[in-house]
Amino acid sequence: MNFDDTPEEAAFRAEVRAWLDANAPRQYLEALQTSGFGNMNIGDADPMAVSKAWQKKKAEAGWACLHWPKEYGGRGATPIQRVIWQQEEGAYGALGGIFIIGHGMCGPTMMAFASEEQKRRYLPPLAAGEEIWCQLFSEPAGGSDLAGLRTKAEKATDGSGDWIINGQKIWTSGAHYSDMAILITRTDPTVPKHKGLTMFFLSMKSPGIEIRPIKQANGQSGFNEVFFNDVRIPDAQRLGAVGDGWKVSLTTLMNERLSIGSGMSTGFPELFDLCCRLETPDGLAIDDRAVRSKLATWAIRTTGLKYNGFRSLSAISRGETPGPENSIGKLVAGPTMQEIATFALDLQAQAGVINDPELAAANARFQAMLLRSPATRVEGGTDEILRNIIAERVLGLPADVRVDKDVPFNKIPTSGRG
Amino acid sequence: MNFEFSDEQKELKAQARRFLDAKCPTTAARAVLEGPQSYDAELWKGLAEMGFLGVVIPEEYGGLGLGYLEQCVIAEEMGRAIAPVPFSSSVFLATEFLLAAGSAGQKSAWLPKLAAGEAIGTFAQVEGVGAVSPKAIQARFEGGKVNGTKRVVADGDIADFAVVAVRTASGQDARGVSLALVDLKGPGVTRTVVETIDPTRSHADITFDGATAELLGAAGEGWSLISQVFDRAAVLTAFEQIGGADRALEMARDYALDRMAFGRPIGSFQAIKHMLADMYVSATLARSNGYYGAWALSTGAAELPEAAASSRVAATQAFQHCAKNNIQVHGGMGFTWAFDCHLFYRRSNLLALNLGSLSQWEDALIERMRARNTAA
Repeated sequence: MNFDDTPEEAAFRAEVRAWLDANAPRQYLEALQTSGFGNMNIGDADPMAVSKAWQKKKAEAGWACLHWPKEYGGRGATPIQRVIWQQEEGAYGALGGIFIIGHGMCGPTMMAFASEEQKRRYLPPLAAGEEIWCQLFSEPAGGSDLAGLRTKAEKATDGSGDWIINGQKIWTSGAHYSDMAILITRTDPTVPKHKGLTMFFLSMKSPGIEIRPIKQANGQSGFNEVFFNDVRIPDAQRLGAVGDGWKVSLTTLMNERLSIGSGMSTGFPELFDLCCRLETPDGLAIDDRAVRSKLATWAIRTTGLKYNGFRSLSAISRGETPGPENSIGKLVAGPTMQEIATFALDLQAQAGVINDPELAAANARFQAMLLRSPATRVEGGTDEILRNIIAERVLGLPADVRVDKDVPFNKIPTSGRG
Repeated sequence: MNFEFSDEQKELKAQARRFLDAKCPTTAARAVLEGPQSYDAELWKGLAEMGFLGVVIPEEYGGLGLGYLEQCVIAEEMGRAIAPVPFSSSVFLATEFLLAAGSAGQKSAWLPKLAAGEAIGTFAQVEGVGAVSPKAIQARFEGGKVNGTKRVVADGDIADFAVVAVRTASGQDARGVSLALVDLKGPGVTRTVVETIDPTRSHADITFDGATAELLGAAGEGWSLISQVFDRAAVLTAFEQIGGADRALEMARDYALDRMAFGRPIGSFQAIKHMLADMYVSATLARSNGYYGAWALSTGAAELPEAAASSRVAATQAFQHCAKNNIQVHGGMGFTWAFDCHLFYRRSNLLALNLGSLSQWEDALIERMRARNTAA
């Protein structure tokens, strides 16, 4: 039992370090390292331009999308090599934030279902950050119940074979700066919900697309609503067979799980630091036994996730594929972060309400965390969906009873009140 | 990155599982619970024959001479089996005290017998209610004799010898605390069995009235030795707790699959599924923290005090959580004497206290993290 690289892994790590030493955009490092919660800081520079430039530089040297085949802009690297890259890229990895959905979910879906010609056209610019992709899945009526989506795709009546899209998507990260997207639609409402879906890809510049940012509960806007009014998609941009959209989407979502990366933050190191510095009438906060007891529980969740990640990496290093047990990361980190933020404000008593970074303790980091953390428990699978995944796919408990499973989609009730 | 037990260690674990499945079904713990005996002597003999009582004892003293990773996998299986034997007292504590501070003579006298299962050792520390501090150690060692009373000594009624925390200098501070080795079969030792929340592991009060003793380690080193050995025992006990937590989770899962209510297996209700998922999360966090402790223990890393506390806190929480929710999943049947749920519930709460309470270890964890941060 050790944390050491194999000789091959060590050699690869040395290669990565040498390239990063010579090429990383060092001028932004300090700012990136002090980025506040949920905000990438690169000083006065344009984040989009800096992100695209770094991605392009990596791609030219073969350090973009390492696990993709070379012909599609990758490096053909092993999963553990990809993890080593992420570890070494460190704070610079934040510059890749705008590409995560394209690289992690859209790319693998294209890889599995697009034509060879399409793959050669779209994947290299996606890898190089020249074209940004987003994912049009969630809808107002289909969140956790994704297959309940209602955006319609119908054959054009002009005989072109094109599809005409009408409907609405929601919670689309980065729609406003994306060039391309994958889109799941309903092509047949007369069959049970999982059977009538079809996947496409399309340009976000297509006529009839309207994008509206969502103002979130915390006042920021990271997501969008996307409206489709008679948007036309050629049949050649269909991914998988008509009616096979659910199966295609599972490929996309499966890849989401593979990007285990650096692990989820709980906010514990920041809280520990606050407790070591915060003066209370009885001394430092950390001198209080009740404080230490609470900290201990958050500490072991944080170290537990860390070493759980090391166990997953060891499995990857042996050539195994991470499974549904990785759902534990967000399920633990999300609620923990919310508890930690709440407690950090509690320690500040009345002054805990101050949300001005100039005035509040720790630059109002915990206030920002408090207001953002409800989203962490919802996005990418709610706590409840993650518990279902663990219960069903790890522990082997029966799937939920699905009363709409064999009902034609257009016969499923749409209101809980009758 | 190879943060995992080796194939050989996994095979040793499988061997221990096979042995305990055959020799230590839950009826073994139940027999001790309901019968007059203090432990399962037959099982103890079998464990000795397997070599499991001397895993880390050097070969020159009759042990297997293996490392702590091997000890951890066996501890986990012992916990899974809720084995009704003095394993933790003899192996995690008495053996470790001898290895840490025993003279050549003391090691030769006791280690071979411990490895062979011919002697049971234990550690006698507690004198009252509440967290033990140096001040609370008032049993006296003077002129080769011990006087005083130790409370709730695990396996105190069956042990052949005890490492006893004693005061060798007047006052109340840690510098006056030492360890004494006492042959419990000698004169001046009175033992009284104490009823506890988990009768599958026996406990006794021991009164020393001029009992013959010799120091283990130097005078005044006792408190520091206790702290060192408790860190080691914390990691090993964490694996015992991890084994228990996993077993309780499996019992609950199996029952949820079998038991029907409202025309469905109860495991198809989200209220039950989510409870089981949360038990899995606790057990997994405990296991991953335990690996950190096992790594630190086996490599002698400077992180051991922090890793041991992390292991201990996570494993205590996980076993208590899984054992209590195992009863909840079983409903009314879980509260019957006949079902095994209470055996795990009892054991989880015993192990939560046997090296000091959860809150003491929580406190220690944060103190240790703070010390590291200050040093850095």
